[in-house]
Amino acid sequence: MRWLLGRIGVVVLTCAILLVANRLIIDNIKEYYVSVLVLCGLYATLAVSLNLINGITGQFSIGHAGFYAVGAYVGGAWTMLIRPLVVKSLPILQTGTQIGDHLNLFIALVLGTVCAGLTGLLVGLPSLRLRGDYLAIVTLGFGEVIRIVILNMDVVGGPRGFTPITELVNNHGIPLVWIFGLLVVVVAFSRNLLKSAQGLKFLAVREDEIAADAMGVNTTRVKVTAFVIGSAFAGAAGVLYAHCQTGITPDSFDMNTSIIITTMVVLGGTGSISGSLLAGIALTALPELLRNDFIKEYRMVIFSTLLVVFMLTRPQGIFGHREIALPRFLRRLGRKGEPNP
Amino acid sequence: MSQTGLLSIDSVTMRFGGLAAVSEVSVHVDKGELIGLIGPNGAGKTTLFNLMTGVYTPSEGFVSFDGNSLNGRKPFEIVGSGMARTFQNIRLFKALTALENVKIAANIHRQASLFDVVLRTPRLLKLDAEIDAFSRDLLAQLDLADVADVRASDLPYGLQRRLEIARALATEPQLLLLDEPAAGMNPQEKAQLMGLIRQIRERFSLTILLIEHDMKLVMGICERIYVLEYGKLIAEGKPEEIQKNPKVIAAYLGEETE
Ligand SMILES: Nc1ncnc2c1ncn2[C@@H]1O[C@H](COP(=O)(O)OP(=O)(O)OP(=O)(O)O)[C@@H](O)[C@H]1O
Ligand SMILES: [Mg+2]
Repeated sequence: MRWLLGRIGVVVLTCAILLVANRLIIDNIKEYYVSVLVLCGLYATLAVSLNLINGITGQFSIGHAGFYAVGAYVGGAWTMLIRPLVVKSLPILQTGTQIGDHLNLFIALVLGTVCAGLTGLLVGLPSLRLRGDYLAIVTLGFGEVIRIVILNMDVVGGPRGFTPITELVNNHGIPLVWIFGLLVVVVAFSRNLLKSAQGLKFLAVREDEIAADAMGVNTTRVKVTAFVIGSAFAGAAGVLYAHCQTGITPDSFDMNTSIIITTMVVLGGTGSISGSLLAGIALTALPELLRNDFIKEYRMVIFSTLLVVFMLTRPQGIFGHREIALPRFLRRLGRKGEPNP
Repeated sequence: MSQTGLLSIDSVTMRFGGLAAVSEVSVHVDKGELIGLIGPNGAGKTTLFNLMTGVYTPSEGFVSFDGNSLNGRKPFEIVGSGMARTFQNIRLFKALTALENVKIAANIHRQASLFDVVLRTPRLLKLDAEIDAFSRDLLAQLDLADVADVRASDLPYGLQRRLEIARALATEPQLLLLDEPAAGMNPQEKAQLMGLIRQIRERFSLTILLIEHDMKLVMGICERIYVLEYGKLIAEGKPEEIQKNPKVIAAYLGEETE
């Protein structure tokens, strides 16, 4: 049981660091920059989770925003529609208190994650059996179907949008902790997967599906697993997004969003966790911080062009399959200074 | 089926549209045998391997292995029951190292749950250590220890062929199917390969079914030979019988043996 204590220690330590960092950020950074941070955390999560599907397992899904939407709307529906009904019998769910807010967000997260994961299973099971570009077409269609279904659902506001809980929005600190907590979880998950010999099965499917099958890898199962987990993480990001916005509309989850996430994965390097993480942060922060009208206006054109150019010239992305390891980078820097032997 | 029977292919037919790539072929392999499968280009040899390993389901007929029918079973299940293969046109996991290639196959009998993987439980750490030791040992036995950390695509051609054999062995098979393992090798490399095949056969007490174009290699090493032509079995027997068989001579007449 020593290992269990060790793991719990890591979790507690991470939570403590997140809470302290959160306090520092809220107290010292302007609200505008906090909102940029929020978006960076969310998009980094989306990119790393899509990387599980597209980079590590080698599938090509371009409908990630659909799962993001499922999470956002299910989470929002809990907080705004279902919670008010249960709160009478369970007063602890009253928002406004620290415990109430965190507990409420936690339940929303669980529901949103599970629903997005189940949706992933529903979409992935039939389409992942097929090879090649079918998945791209199916996921593209699925993303649009979800958006249009939401557009026509009056309970969640249809085209007018849906207003999730405002107490949490005003209390910025709460979503921020969860957002970076989620990012840590998705990165740790991917890293642990790749660190184990078991995780090599996912890479085998990417490298050569027929050979993987012949070496005893249940390829359908591996692909569905990656797809469901990637979708579930996107759903979790959606829940948190819904709870730090004053409102969500179906437009926040359109094809452009899917394309942005796909671009992040492709640029960061298919299969590189650190690459997706950095690309997710950089591609969110740069357009925001540059505040350049040209970039704002032509953002989608630039992203789509980048995506096409990279797919044609360097499909493995900037970092390729490699991770960015600080020690190796420093070693290389050190070596530059030395005279050639 | 006899006491020692391991593989039995019972009048199997495989049609692609109008073409019968394999038609009414029966093959029987006993435990411990080293059997050759020869025939001109397009005779249906690789297709027969694909039928045995579950890539294709036979249009007619049955394949059974170790007493169990294989019809309708998936490739990953069949390899788990003890039949592993190499590919005619090398199919390594190119971007991964030699060691990682072997580890993937070694996973088959050492599976952990996703829960174990994510939390890195003691069970996972133990399995990972076991897979690592097993894979390194296997690479060493095949003289590949020096290139364990080299990407598969960076290996010279001969070593890639050897790594494919190592990877198949990592699934701990009873029956090993080799699809033209000597293709593209020079005579010296071929001699080395023959030595290797004999050696792994002894060491891992394997039964081997070998597709090969090089007559000298097949005649020198196999105990029994099956000959295919246009999808049909035209001869079966000991090497010296096959060599004298007029049908086989006719099939190979004018045919450039590579
Ligand atoms: N998936 C497929 N679809 C259609 N035809 C196929 C398929 N696979 C094989 N064939 C055909 O079946 C016949 C036998 O092919 P196969 O690859 O089994 O021959 P082979 O004996 O292995 O030849 P080689 O010595 O060239 O490797 C060929 O005519 C080939 O074109
Ligand atoms: Mg062939």
